[in-house]
Formats: sequence, structure tokens, C-alpha cells
Amino acid sequence: MNAFPGAEHFAAVIFVVVMATALGGALIAVSTTRIIRSVCGLALCCMGLAGLYYFLNSPFLALMEILIYVGAVCVTIVFAVMLAEPDEPPVGRKSWGARLWGAGALLASLLVFAALTRLGADMPWASAPVERVTDGSVPVLGVALLSTYSLAFEMISLVLLVAILGALVIARPGRSNP
Amino acid sequence: MNLPEPFRLLVFLLGTMAFVGANAAYLVWVERKGAGRFQRRTGPTEVGYAGLLQPIADAIKLMSKQLILPPGVDATLFRLAPLLVLAPAMMCFATIPFSETLVPRNINVGLVMVFSFGSIHVMAIMLGGWASRNKYAIISAARIVSQNVAYEIPMLLVVITLLMVTGTMNLHEIVQQQAGGFWNWNFFRLAANPLMPVTFIIFYICMLAETNRAPFDMAEAESELVAGAFTEYAGMGFGVFFMAEYANVVIGCSLATVLFFGGWQSPIGVLPGLFWFLLKLYLLVFSVIWVRWTFPRTQFYGLLNLSWKILIPLSLFILLLTSAVMKLF
Repeated sequence: MNAFPGAEHFAAVIFVVVMATALGGALIAVSTTRIIRSVCGLALCCMGLAGLYYFLNSPFLALMEILIYVGAVCVTIVFAVMLAEPDEPPVGRKSWGARLWGAGALLASLLVFAALTRLGADMPWASAPVERVTDGSVPVLGVALLSTYSLAFEMISLVLLVAILGALVIARPGRSNP
Repeated sequence: MNLPEPFRLLVFLLGTMAFVGANAAYLVWVERKGAGRFQRRTGPTEVGYAGLLQPIADAIKLMSKQLILPPGVDATLFRLAPLLVLAPAMMCFATIPFSETLVPRNINVGLVMVFSFGSIHVMAIMLGGWASRNKYAIISAARIVSQNVAYEIPMLLVVITLLMVTGTMNLHEIVQQQAGGFWNWNFFRLAANPLMPVTFIIFYICMLAETNRAPFDMAEAESELVAGAFTEYAGMGFGVFFMAEYANVVIGCSLATVLFFGGWQSPIGVLPGLFWFLLKLYLLVFSVIWVRWTFPRTQFYGLLNLSWKILIPLSLFILLLTSAVMKLF
């Protein structure tokens, strides 16, 4: 039963919308001069990525992307920016050194992009593994996190530990003894 | 219902929009009537019988006002913020089971979905406050982040505790587990978690704080911050923030109904599920209004201390207790 007009184009349209969101967000994030707007671009980009995950049939990953990157990381960045300086100073003229660095970064990222594209398009990839965590139910996720992906899971906790230690090291000198 | 899937989703989309709008309009009426009763006044009486047409008059008034864009604001973000507040709130309704068959999209990670879209609204209010370029609005925006970050933690801890008891994140299945009489509701499942009522109270307090309702309405503290993050908004821009606030209250109360009070399960086995769901939902919403007009606004430090010094240790303790109980028995 397929009565909806144009139903066969849905997947393509959704893919284009999602990709446009991600790319547009990324462009806003790097091209605007106001730092809050670039955080908004980052949030938009993350929403696009989340849409892409959902499109690829992993809703759990999509929702985690929103919960962590939009709901936590972006909010923290905006908060830090607001505490630091609500009114940003006007951007001065760019020096030649900055332009040179920009050109170098552009070249490097173009090289990486070309290499990744070539890798993705030309490599004979093995077909996707049969067993995937797609339904997102709690038992499947728990088993996957604590068996197949346990190394990655532990590494993430290590990264978080280092981040907390770093925050303590930075924040400690600011505290005077009573 | 045998509509094809896209039509079904379209119907649910329109239904959700209507539900959010009607709720916002008439919860304002309930709130004003309730406030009147709690303060020995009568509330709105003039427009229609018992003031029942007052929300419609208010809506016409709000919509006929000019949308002022004050000089110096960040125009794009200023206009975008009300939309960003309301849209995620509507997304949250997509997975809430109103009755056994009335659920827009029954996905396995429904609980995570509500929380992930619920987390966007902090960012939206903050952007609105920042884009206003008003010092009251910026103070309010800074407050709302620290408040929401502080209360997100005990809320998620409590929900994890509940997840360990239910073993699923699918809201439909969580309701189905609570079938057959009110003693099967999660609220009374003391065998798995002896402190279940305390868990619910923590959830309720965090819900009040997350939706910025009094006594935690730091975002819009009229007596100290004019109208907080919404100071510069005029007309319907302001109205949309209010619609979003009531939508969030309804979502929080639906989630409490689903998680603790058996969703659409009937306590005594009569009447259809939708009736019971709405009854439980609106009783909780009424309690939220009751709390607002009974307790004075807390001080900001009191608010943060309550979360970091009482609620988070308590919810961690409940988490440990539940895991111990479930492992031992």
C-alpha cells in the first residue's frame, strides 16, 4: 500500500536535507565572526550528523549525538563564552601570517579530503558486518559495550579522567587558602 | 487505523501541534484560575462563562501586537530562539504513548529521545537571552545553564535507576510491564527499589527545575530580572516561549505518568486507556501549578545546593541500593 505521492523519492530528499544541514552548519561554524553564531553552526552540524545516523538506521547513536553534542557540549561552550565576554571586540585586520596559516590549513584539509574520498570510493570494502546494534534495546547495547567494544569504552573513560585532571590542574591555582 | 504510514505521521504531526496549542491556551486559564483560588481571588471571570474564552482573547491580543526588534540585538538568533524552544518540545511528543494504540512512533530508545530533544531547549532559551543583548537577559541565560546542568544529573541518575528496574527504554513496553492494578505501577515496585517514592520525588523536583517552573523559575524571575531571558520579546515571540514552557510541563508530566504511574493502564480495570492517561497527566500538571502558587521562589544558591549537595548524592545512593537489591534478590 503506497498511496503517498512521491513516496519513492523520500529517502533521497531526506538524505539531501540532512546533508545540507550538516554542511551548512559546518560552513556557518567556520565562516562567521561571532563566536556564539559559530557554536550555533556547530549545533546545527551535529543535528545534521544525527539525522545522518538516523538515516543509516541507528537511532540510538543519533539521539546520543543530540544529547551529548548539542545538549551538553554546545551548551557548555556557549556558557563559557558568555562568562568570558558577552560583547566581543571587533575583529581587526588579518595579518599576512594569519592568511598564510589559513592557506596552509586549507591545503592540508583539501589533501585529507581527497585522500579520504579516494579511500572511500576506490577501496574494495568488505560488506558490513552481519551483527549490528540497530534496535537500540538495552540488553543488546549493554552486551555490545561491555564485550565487543569494551576497549573503546575503557579508552573513553580514560579520556574523561584526563579531562577532569586537566580541569583540576587549571582551576587549582585560582583558589586561595582561607 | 489503517492509514498509510506517511499520512498517519502527518495526522499525528497536526494532532501534536493542536494538542500543544490547546494545552498552552487552557493551561494558562487553569493556572490563572488556580492562582486566583490559592490567593483567595476569583481569577478571570469576564470573557465567556467563568472566563473560559479568556485564552482566545489573549491569543488575539498577542498576535495583533507588533513584533519589535530592538536595536542592537542579534537579529537572526533573536528571531530563531522562540522556534528553537518550541520545535524540540514538539519532537518529544513523537514517542509518548497516549494509549495502547495512540502512539505516533514507537521506537526502542524512546526515553533517550525525550531527553535528547529536551536538552535542546536550554540552548534555545540561552540563545534568546544572549541575542537580546540585555543585561537582565544575559544574567538569566547564565542562570538557566547552571540550573539545567545541575538538575540534568540527578534526573538522569533517577531515570537510570528506573531503567535498571524496567530493563527497556521503550516507553510502550515500560507501560505494558505495569499492567493489572495500581500495585503493579513502578511507583509501588518496592521489591526492586525500596525507595521508589523518593525516586519519584527526585524526578518531580528535577522536572520542575528543568522546565523552569516556580519555585525554580530562575530564568524568568519577574521580581529581580524583569522577565529574564524573555525581556526583549514582544507579542507572539513571548507567547511562543510560554507555549513551549507549558509543552515542556506536559511532556515532563507525561513522562512521570509513563515511568511511575502506569501510563494508560487503568488502576481498577474500567474505562479506556486514553482517559486514564489524561487523568493522571492532568492531575500531575495541576500539582505543578499548585506548587508554583504555594512555594516562594528559592534563592539561586539554595537551588544549586539542593541539587549538588542533596539530590545528586541521594540519587547516587538510590542507584547503588537498587543495583544491590536487584543483584542480591
